[in-house]
Amino acid sequence: MTFKRPYSAGLAALAVGLFAATAAYAEPTVNKGDNAWMLTSTVLVLLMTIPGLALFYGGLVRSKNMLSVLMQVFYTVCIVTVIWALYGYSLAFTGGSDFIGGFSKAFLMGVTPDSKAATFSVDANISELVYICFQMTFAAITPCLIVGSFAERAKFSAIALFIPLWVTLIYFPIAHMVWYWAGPDAISDAVKALAAAGDAAAKTAAQAKLDEVNADAGWIFKKGAIDFAGGTVVHINSGIAGLVGALLIGKRTGYGKDLMAPHSLTMTMIGASLLWVGWFGFNAGSNLEASGGAALAMTNSFVATAAAALSWMFAEWIIKGHPSVLGALSGAVAGLVAVTPAAGYSGPMGAIVLGLVVGVVCLFFCTVVKNAIGYDDALDVFGVHCVGGIVGALGTGILVNPALGGTGIMDYTAGKIADYDFTAQMISQAWGVGTTLVWSGIGSAILYKVVDVIVGLRANIETEREGLDITEHTERAYNM
Amino acid sequence: MKIVMAIIKPFKLEEVRDALTAIGVHGLTVTEVKGYGRQKGHTEIYRGAEYAVSFLPKIKIEVAIAADQVDKTIDAITSAAKTGQIGDGKIFVINLDHAVRIRTGESDAAAL
Repeated sequence: MTFKRPYSAGLAALAVGLFAATAAYAEPTVNKGDNAWMLTSTVLVLLMTIPGLALFYGGLVRSKNMLSVLMQVFYTVCIVTVIWALYGYSLAFTGGSDFIGGFSKAFLMGVTPDSKAATFSVDANISELVYICFQMTFAAITPCLIVGSFAERAKFSAIALFIPLWVTLIYFPIAHMVWYWAGPDAISDAVKALAAAGDAAAKTAAQAKLDEVNADAGWIFKKGAIDFAGGTVVHINSGIAGLVGALLIGKRTGYGKDLMAPHSLTMTMIGASLLWVGWFGFNAGSNLEASGGAALAMTNSFVATAAAALSWMFAEWIIKGHPSVLGALSGAVAGLVAVTPAAGYSGPMGAIVLGLVVGVVCLFFCTVVKNAIGYDDALDVFGVHCVGGIVGALGTGILVNPALGGTGIMDYTAGKIADYDFTAQMISQAWGVGTTLVWSGIGSAILYKVVDVIVGLRANIETEREGLDITEHTERAYNM
Repeated sequence: MKIVMAIIKPFKLEEVRDALTAIGVHGLTVTEVKGYGRQKGHTEIYRGAEYAVSFLPKIKIEVAIAADQVDKTIDAITSAAKTGQIGDGKIFVINLDHAVRIRTGESDAAAL
């Protein structure tokens, strides 16, 4: 059997010359197994968002606002995807300051199919493009979470403007602060250079280089906070932005008076289940390698979620007298949120405990606290994502302890697992939580105000009564 | 001629239809309705939000019959739709002035 070769020898020689110029040509190729897993994980995270989150949210609103929620989620995915390629990736994942990256990879400048991105192991690289797409889906789902808090009353034009501003000024910096670092290869190379340095001057220079490599990381990363898949970046970040939005936009007309029951818990069940399926890409994908670490993250994402669904359901059964479907689904999502930062750090038994705790804590916030304070966080973005994210972030600091079955934290400079220090780790975690709450809370408040001045945040009362589907989008979800 | 209008529990519809067929009533109109009487409503809980749902789903049936059939029609509906619980529904009888069968143009008794 023969294959036709489409390129002439001259063209092939030209191609070799071009690729050689990028220097990547001579280096070993990416790990194909890891690459395949990351390609898969990336589409799984997209599945979480559309249709997963869209249906989860859509089922919870009244039928007259179904399309508005679907549209807000779909729009957000599309706009953030484009922004991510234009400058988002560059701002989040290039060096710059401790708080934000630079524009060196704006328009994905210099990124080719041969570009490689670091994982968590030395000499195990994946394609930079798949890393870009993977992180793109994270940037897309996070602002989608926010829209649930002010569902059924925000103007679409306000959301259309708010989302690009929010990802630019809140998400990209937080992602940079938590996740940006030089990577294991850079640290390993600097450590080797230090060990190989002969005289005192060379040692000083090598040590300075190592310090420089270690300093090339985000603010929260350097505080020592660990966040495996985005408890702070995704959930606390969106949850607090949602709460601020719900407070500034105000309650839905008729809140507490009119029947605002979910129009289709069937849709919500489908959405929650797709979230769970897709979340394996989110959590196990965050391992960046198809290794035992990914398997651990998968295991934890199974058991913590199931435990949290059970804990919410039984707690509700005991307190209210009935086990509700929405309660079990909400518990599952709370469990997924809490296990997100812990997925690759906790042991499975720790993850079960985390799930049991977060189910009850989020139930408490979504019922008792919300009703006591009286804010209208329509789809409980704060109660589930922010509160669940905080439980997860702090829980991760505890459960990473090898004595509790956790993995411990790798010290790449020393080349071994670091000694666990409870107090130090909890302070680090608190820095992560606190920085995110303050940055996103205050930053979002400013952005809402800006959007309110430019286009107005809130749909008028007639529009809201009629439903956003027909008034904003001139369509109905159901014609039957 | 009379219209017998009955509000019944939704799950009793088939039994009522069978009972009416058995006494020779061949045709009825069914509407899904909501309302409340002595049964009042119930409470629905979605996460923290509790809603008092005062309007319960019921079925409204309407049959047009000759005046002399009213009693046995009422008997048939009553015996078929009764559970003995609050919320079994009500029957209203209304005078019917005129009736026309659209296909043939027949009117009144011939149209029923």
